[in-house]
Amino acid sequence: MCVSMYSAVWSREETTERNYYTRYHNMSEITAWMEQMKRENPDVVSSMVYGQTYERRNITLLKIGLSSTVRKKAIWMDCGIHAREWIAPAFCQYFVREILRTYKTDTKVNEMMKNLDFYITPVLNVDGYIYSWHNESTRLWRKSRSPGTGGCTCYGTDLNRNFYANWGMVGVSTDCCSETYCGTKALSESEAWAVTDMLGKMREDILAFLTIHSYSQLILVPYGHPNISAPNYDELMEVGLGAAKAIKAVHGMDYTVGTSPDVLYANSGSSRDFARLIGIPLSFTFELRDKGEHGFELPEDQIQPTCEEAYAGAQHIITYTHDKAFYSYAATVTATLWTTLLAAWVSSAILL
Amino acid sequence: MVWAGHTRRRGRPHQILVWSMGWTLLILLVVLTVVHGNPTVMVRTGSGPTVGFDQHPNSVPLGEDIQTTTEGESEVVEEVMTTGVLNPSHYPARRAATVVQHYLNTRYGSPYRWIFLSTVHSGSAEEVAEMGRKYQLALTMQEMISNVSGQCSAELFFPGGEGQSAPQVQASCEGLHQSNTTAQEEAFYQQHRTSNNLASGNNIPDSYGHVEPSMKPFWHLGGVASSFIMLRESNESTLYNMAQVANFTQLETEKDQLRFNYHVLLHEMISQEIIHWKLLVTWSPEQGVQVLQTELQPKCHHCEAPPNTTN
Repeated sequence: MCVSMYSAVWSREETTERNYYTRYHNMSEITAWMEQMKRENPDVVSSMVYGQTYERRNITLLKIGLSSTVRKKAIWMDCGIHAREWIAPAFCQYFVREILRTYKTDTKVNEMMKNLDFYITPVLNVDGYIYSWHNESTRLWRKSRSPGTGGCTCYGTDLNRNFYANWGMVGVSTDCCSETYCGTKALSESEAWAVTDMLGKMREDILAFLTIHSYSQLILVPYGHPNISAPNYDELMEVGLGAAKAIKAVHGMDYTVGTSPDVLYANSGSSRDFARLIGIPLSFTFELRDKGEHGFELPEDQIQPTCEEAYAGAQHIITYTHDKAFYSYAATVTATLWTTLLAAWVSSAILL
Repeated sequence: MVWAGHTRRRGRPHQILVWSMGWTLLILLVVLTVVHGNPTVMVRTGSGPTVGFDQHPNSVPLGEDIQTTTEGESEVVEEVMTTGVLNPSHYPARRAATVVQHYLNTRYGSPYRWIFLSTVHSGSAEEVAEMGRKYQLALTMQEMISNVSGQCSAELFFPGGEGQSAPQVQASCEGLHQSNTTAQEEAFYQQHRTSNNLASGNNIPDSYGHVEPSMKPFWHLGGVASSFIMLRESNESTLYNMAQVANFTQLETEKDQLRFNYHVLLHEMISQEIIHWKLLVTWSPEQGVQVLQTELQPKCHHCEAPPNTTN
């Protein structure tokens, strides 16, 4: 009996752990999960509340990295800026679990955890996400939950049109009932303000910015305005195409890479554009599965393969970012010169 | 460069040479470190605004060739329609290809045949003087239930001018509708044609993306029926998918056609809107899918108010 009880407990725990990341989770579950990540990994995980939603809920990120005495560079990832894109928060959870699971044994992940801090927001639009869980009729909610103004009875602003990045110029609506309503002004939404504030404080340190959405299977590079190009467009495309290649290698899925106006539609006020504008060089939007068959309602049996491929894509970008910072040409030249100098002094010592 | 080993003369000139080289190297290193920073800090190349870009993030660069019209408060940047060879991964080809997908479903779709765009291989577009724009596309389409793929070539015409007019599509595909659905369709038809147990369902897929196996043919049928509307409503500035079957109810069979009322939610990608339509749909293996009536449902604004929940 002892043996059977033990195996029952063991398999339930194993099942729970294995099945957890193949299901969607509501906001209280995700909040509890963040606490669990901190509890189980106190040396590398801490959390930070960096803002409030309209309905006064905390906006929380997990900061993950090996602790260091010197200031560290950072990678930013946020999920769930659009409430109905449930696969996005699921991916943030998967990503966190994956780096925590592998950093002790995988030398590359370990190195990146040593040199970088990951700032991950599993759900940015907390109010919207909770609303999308309310019942079947609210499932396809997209925006924030702030009320309309000026006599407009509809709710919500599109958070990804509300940032101070060519705000209000293209691909937006000024009708508060519209799904792409950009707000009364840039940063009218406290959620967008919270991200702006954090990025502003950290802008010297953030090397890459990833914002996760669904659906369409795309990797989007700045800018959303058709007539403005990022100065490092070639680099962004090269890295993006590399990420798409890494994604395809996992399960054969095609992700298209390009600027939003090229491959999807023009838009302004996005968080990705804001990140690039304040100087974060590698700024990408991921649009995860699928291509329209299920759309926002991606089946749970696709969570795992979607997360696996997206993880490969994200890792490609993060590895490039890390190696560029910590294995740069300047560092190589500097190292070479130090070696040469040392050789010179040693030689002169011998000479004398 | 004269190094030790070459001459054993410990003359002053050698010492001076070595020391001066050493100092030069040191100075170089200091300069390099100051300029590039700590080796563990990245050189931030390419950061900051683009050339000609104002300090104000909200401004538009001067001298750029932007066609803008001012409409009320916001500026509208007109889309310049691409002509000539199309980039297969850019949106004009993809939107046109999706219209072809809708067309193929209206022609060949059924409860057991639902077609989706797989790849755009090539395309071109041209203006047809004052009448509209014509596209030619080479595509791969995939039938989702049998997983069969087919190569298609298509020509479509988006009428221009006033009044919403549906695009006109011609397409021929190889290998796509070779999946043998006859047996399944016949069985499904026989099962539901008698009025004993009229079928109904709602929220397909549900919030978790789940579709009950018994509901799958009705889901496909909803998708195919939606294709009639999506085809009719499409233009070069839209991209439609069916987001969900909100509900459906089977009505009495009439003239050997299964009949259904469907309430479907369409997702229009460019506006991001969810658009509700009610449809009267008929189907039989011989006649295929037909949509007899369509009714646009207005967006429910008062439905958006916060629910009385504690969370």
